[in-house]
Amino acid sequence: MKELRDKSVTRALLKKIEKKTPRCRPPVRIMEVCGTHTMTIHRYGLKSMLENAGVEMVSGPGCPVCITPNEFHEACLDLVTQREGMILASFGDMTRVPTEKGSLQTAVPAPASRVKIVYSPDEALNLARQNPDKDVVFFGVGFETTIPAIALTVKKAAAERLANFSSLSALWLIPPALRAILEAGDAAISGFLYPGHVSVIIGLEPYRFVAEEFRVPGAVAGFEPNDILLATSAILDQIVEGKPRVHLEYARVVDPRGNPIARAVMEEMLEPRDAFWRGLGRIPLSGLALKDRYGGFDARVKHGLDIKAGSTDLPGCRCGEVLRGLIPPPGCSLFGKKCRPDSPLGPCMVSIEGACFITYKYDRRREGG
Amino acid sequence: MCLGIPAKVTEVENSRQGKADYLGAKVRVDFSLLEDVRPGDWVIIHAGFAITKLNEEEAQETLALLREITGSQGE
Ligand code: SF4
Repeated sequence: MKELRDKSVTRALLKKIEKKTPRCRPPVRIMEVCGTHTMTIHRYGLKSMLENAGVEMVSGPGCPVCITPNEFHEACLDLVTQREGMILASFGDMTRVPTEKGSLQTAVPAPASRVKIVYSPDEALNLARQNPDKDVVFFGVGFETTIPAIALTVKKAAAERLANFSSLSALWLIPPALRAILEAGDAAISGFLYPGHVSVIIGLEPYRFVAEEFRVPGAVAGFEPNDILLATSAILDQIVEGKPRVHLEYARVVDPRGNPIARAVMEEMLEPRDAFWRGLGRIPLSGLALKDRYGGFDARVKHGLDIKAGSTDLPGCRCGEVLRGLIPPPGCSLFGKKCRPDSPLGPCMVSIEGACFITYKYDRRREGG
Repeated sequence: MCLGIPAKVTEVENSRQGKADYLGAKVRVDFSLLEDVRPGDWVIIHAGFAITKLNEEEAQETLALLREITGSQGE
């Protein structure tokens, strides 16, 4: 599979792209809707190569850590600092997100409580099995890629009647977020690079409205540099021909129909709700919550959490605008100065999928910072 | 977490649990989201769950396309 990274292939693809861009109305702005795409684009220097070829790449809301607003972190902080005998299980990145109340990493837990980093929801379930005297709350954050794993874990907990396990879920759906970005219109997007692994679950159908209603082209892309360029080239073809559609570049991994087993688990356990995204605000039916009959495993219900939207970001942090594609990370005056990976002021600098972190890591020299 | 690197299935204990080789490391994988997983299959793992199998035919097609593009540029 070395062709996917081969530099001579990259050069050939860039040449192809360069020939197409003069036939598109400038500026050509393509939003990548996945933090891992952002990583590939910066790591392999595609950002500047594409810029030279006439294509501006813009990061979107593709990092679940980043778009989860601070009120969720604050609810977790309250749980672990105010209640005894609590294990708060979280993905590592989430523990470092700074809020007005500090982060999960700096929090001082209540007696017999602790924060535990896990890599999968299954690990959190094991914590509950191994610690019957503790209440385990899993901070379940993710897009469609992760949601089936979380739903299945709650299903297992319910089957085992594990009364000491619950999930504080922040589950986000990509298609409604795309609609919100298109309706706002201010990011002026010419095309979307759709996320590869979200598409593994949902397939192609949920993106169709982007092409049909908004006449905006798009392609589902894999994560190697030449995947990104192939998909970009396909988007340019759609622009040139004036025929927007949903192209599948990543067919080796994505079935156009998605993963039916994963979707069935989601439908069985969860139902759509309006949700508040960092930066994007309230988006209708863009989140999922456990159905009422699983209320005993929903940390909000079980622990009576009142998560109200509206917690503010730390002063000066412009993550919200970064996530909407309105400013690039260096457009924030704190970038690389007060805000760095070792002292992040916002989630976009915390997460390895965050645009600020990725730009800092790979482009700082080029930015001259 | 979301890196697109496939893992090779090495062990299927029952239809739901097993192991895979991911970049040289043996990892435990939950196969509940897939049908009919066998040792030797390549899968994408996310948060401990295999979410899809690699489609060999489609992979070859993409590679052929890439070779064609470099070939035609050289002419
Ligand atoms: S550089 Fe830091 S403070 Fe600025 S938007 Fe990014 S995360 Fe927020």
